[in-house]
Amino acid sequence: LESIQPVRTPEELEKLRQKIESERGNKKPTVSICISTGCVALGATSVLEAFKNGIKKTKLEEEIEIKETGCLGFCEQGPRVTIYPDEICYFKVKPDDVQEIISTIKENKIVENLLYTDPITRKKVRRLNEIPFYKDQLRPLLENNARIDPKNILDYIHLDGYRALAKAISQMTPQQIIEEIKRSKLRGRGGGGFPTGIKWETTRNATEQTKYVIVNCDEGDPGAFMDRSLMDGNPHSVLEGLIIGAFAIGAQEGYVYVREEYPLATENITTAIDQAKQYGFLGEDILGSGFNFNVKVHKGAGAFVSGESSALMTAIEGKTGDPRPKYVRTAVKGLWNKPTCLNNVKTWANIPLIIMKGAEWFKNIGTEGSSGTAIFSLVGKIKNTGLVEVPMGITLRDLIFKIGGGIKDDKKFKAVQTGGPSGGFIPEKYLDLQVDFDELDKVGSMMGSGGLVVIDEDTCMVDSARYFVDFLLEESCGKCIPCREGLRVLSKTLGNICEGKGEHDDIGIVEDVSLTMENASLCALGTTAANPILTSLKYFSEEWDQHIKEKKCIAKACKSLTDYYIDPKECQACLICLRECPTKAIEGEKDQVHWINQKKCEKCGICYEVCKFDAVEKLSGEKIPSKPAKGMKPIRKGAKQ
Amino acid sequence: MKTLTLKIDGKEVEAEEDMTILEAAEKLGIQIPTLCHHENLEPYGACRICSVEIEAKGKTMIVASCCYPVKRDLNVITRSSKIDKIRKTILELAAVTAGEDAMGEMRKLASEYNADLSLLRSKTSIVPTKCILCGLCVRRCSEATWDSVIGFIGRGTKRQITLYPEKASICAICDYCHDVCPTGKITSTGPDPPFPQIDDILAGRE
Repeated sequence: LESIQPVRTPEELEKLRQKIESERGNKKPTVSICISTGCVALGATSVLEAFKNGIKKTKLEEEIEIKETGCLGFCEQGPRVTIYPDEICYFKVKPDDVQEIISTIKENKIVENLLYTDPITRKKVRRLNEIPFYKDQLRPLLENNARIDPKNILDYIHLDGYRALAKAISQMTPQQIIEEIKRSKLRGRGGGGFPTGIKWETTRNATEQTKYVIVNCDEGDPGAFMDRSLMDGNPHSVLEGLIIGAFAIGAQEGYVYVREEYPLATENITTAIDQAKQYGFLGEDILGSGFNFNVKVHKGAGAFVSGESSALMTAIEGKTGDPRPKYVRTAVKGLWNKPTCLNNVKTWANIPLIIMKGAEWFKNIGTEGSSGTAIFSLVGKIKNTGLVEVPMGITLRDLIFKIGGGIKDDKKFKAVQTGGPSGGFIPEKYLDLQVDFDELDKVGSMMGSGGLVVIDEDTCMVDSARYFVDFLLEESCGKCIPCREGLRVLSKTLGNICEGKGEHDDIGIVEDVSLTMENASLCALGTTAANPILTSLKYFSEEWDQHIKEKKCIAKACKSLTDYYIDPKECQACLICLRECPTKAIEGEKDQVHWINQKKCEKCGICYEVCKFDAVEKLSGEKIPSKPAKGMKPIRKGAKQ
Repeated sequence: MKTLTLKIDGKEVEAEEDMTILEAAEKLGIQIPTLCHHENLEPYGACRICSVEIEAKGKTMIVASCCYPVKRDLNVITRSSKIDKIRKTILELAAVTAGEDAMGEMRKLASEYNADLSLLRSKTSIVPTKCILCGLCVRRCSEATWDSVIGFIGRGTKRQITLYPEKASICAICDYCHDVCPTGKITSTGPDPPFPQIDDILAGRE
């Protein structure tokens, strides 16, 4: 084993890069397998084993390289395998497919049935950027995820890694770096959207000499995994950004706060820090500049509220992660009351790109007020779920219908919720809204950290608001009265409305409590917690009225307001629902139309699911028609023809 | 210490730069209600009843005056229909745990702000604990005994104040926690002891 020589100057870094290039220059075929969280859950580990064994068996170790990489975002199609240099993408790969793939690599052929099928043209697609899900994306942050083994720093260095650090440290002054970031107009990707350069400058200008920098990877939004994907797949990009930031700000120590639930991210960033230390990108006298900087990993204990910057710092200090008043910014008085610059994972990962490619390049992507790209996690009632990276300013319509492929089962679009649990619902009339920090804010939602939940006609807007309120109720730290008690009252009130127990003064109460929470809560969890309710009330007020006054849920999603009914004209008396009903609530026999005894029905919906003739209907807010005459025969369908 | 001038309810006041709005208002004799504040304890900002409107650089926002530091040319409004409405709702929310029969400062403020302490309480079905988790007792205890005997456990609505059993022997029964309690929850004697463990331990039952 070659002992590692620390890189002492920018020139030595370039030499190292050239050495890696010459060693790998022959471009032998590489099998890149995603072993990030999503694909591993779908069986990527056994696919990887199959490749290792298969290549060994066919004695191709010298000819084919295997690379264990991070996530490309189309997780529902996993496990994903890409064959370089031709960039052939295989999806839903099983261990049994591996032998065939290996043999085709040798023969320069393709396994057609493992390629992605374009759902519209029905054609097989070979390369990533030909797939509709990827076609309209722009992926400067995520694109290297498939090319890098996150546990191998040489892979990162090979793809120009740490060159931005070398440039910043040897050719720029801290002031120049901050100016460059300010010119790029980069805004905080954790959701607040505060101008990053100004934040850095505030910490740099604070009088205290001891300063800290922090990576916030306490990603807790339900269904969101943007930060995880970067930390799993390209941890050095985050680390390089952090080191540049520390140099510009004048910090000597940094923390990476990773939530407990991200074991792979923790493992990979820890490895990255160790390797960066060995190679001299961390520690004393970095790249011969005299700059010293060290980083520690802090594991969170699973509280959503700890993603709030002051709560996160309190947690690092070893106390309960409660937020504290931030009227003096954490940039001035943060961790241990020292000036602290905290940025989200994605913010830090953007830094090396801006330093290398320049502020102008960055500013040219996105909109006037929000430059660069945004990473969204597309989930909910949408065909293509996964992680997408797009330029700021893309319309919601393009995001949902082009990249996302439209609504699942071709249902009707109802709303989209952006920004995580405290984001707002955006109705159909704003589908052409250009997604950026300011536009989302204008319609009552927010960018947040990038969650995007698509809602279809079968989803109730009151129930959706209740879902998010209940999530936040669980996650509120409980320190301030408006948030703790406000969420408790809202949860109870919304629950009552969904259960048909809503009263006429409930909407007024919900509005008053929301107003108080919005204005008087201690931290952003409380001040934004009412967004789902307020936007639901604003854009879907008729649904609230129907729930309260008519005891009706048009989406037929609220169980207490929905009844199941078998249409005697449609029922074919096939006995299937009758047999499947767990409470034996369905009456009838062979050749006699069936009937649901409402007193026994628990509304589980199994009859609705199993009926092959669409005879079971959901009713809400209307009277159940009277029972058909005993012994009524089914009206046979198609009998007339 | 440098001083600066700001305006509170239309009146100019000179304040030291490390003062909070609440302290500056006191200089003018303007009373801002508080539930979790104590002049000798660090600001905590949990009850939010001291919320006031501030106007600076053309923007208005609502802040907790017990924590917000004074700034030059700040324009503060301590009473407005919006502020009154927020304070009324905060009292009604506090009553969810404090109970509609809360005593002390809560009762006084409820009548001043016309708060119906049973309005929001009636929406929930929880048994009142009399405690609004203002943390005054916890903070007072930690200053009195250098090492707090009581503290918070739990998160969100499960948050509560408890005695740390291993520290019970330090409790000097100084009654300071009793003195600062704004709801009348903490009584040194009486039928409803605030930290049952304390009494149990002192009575030798544990």
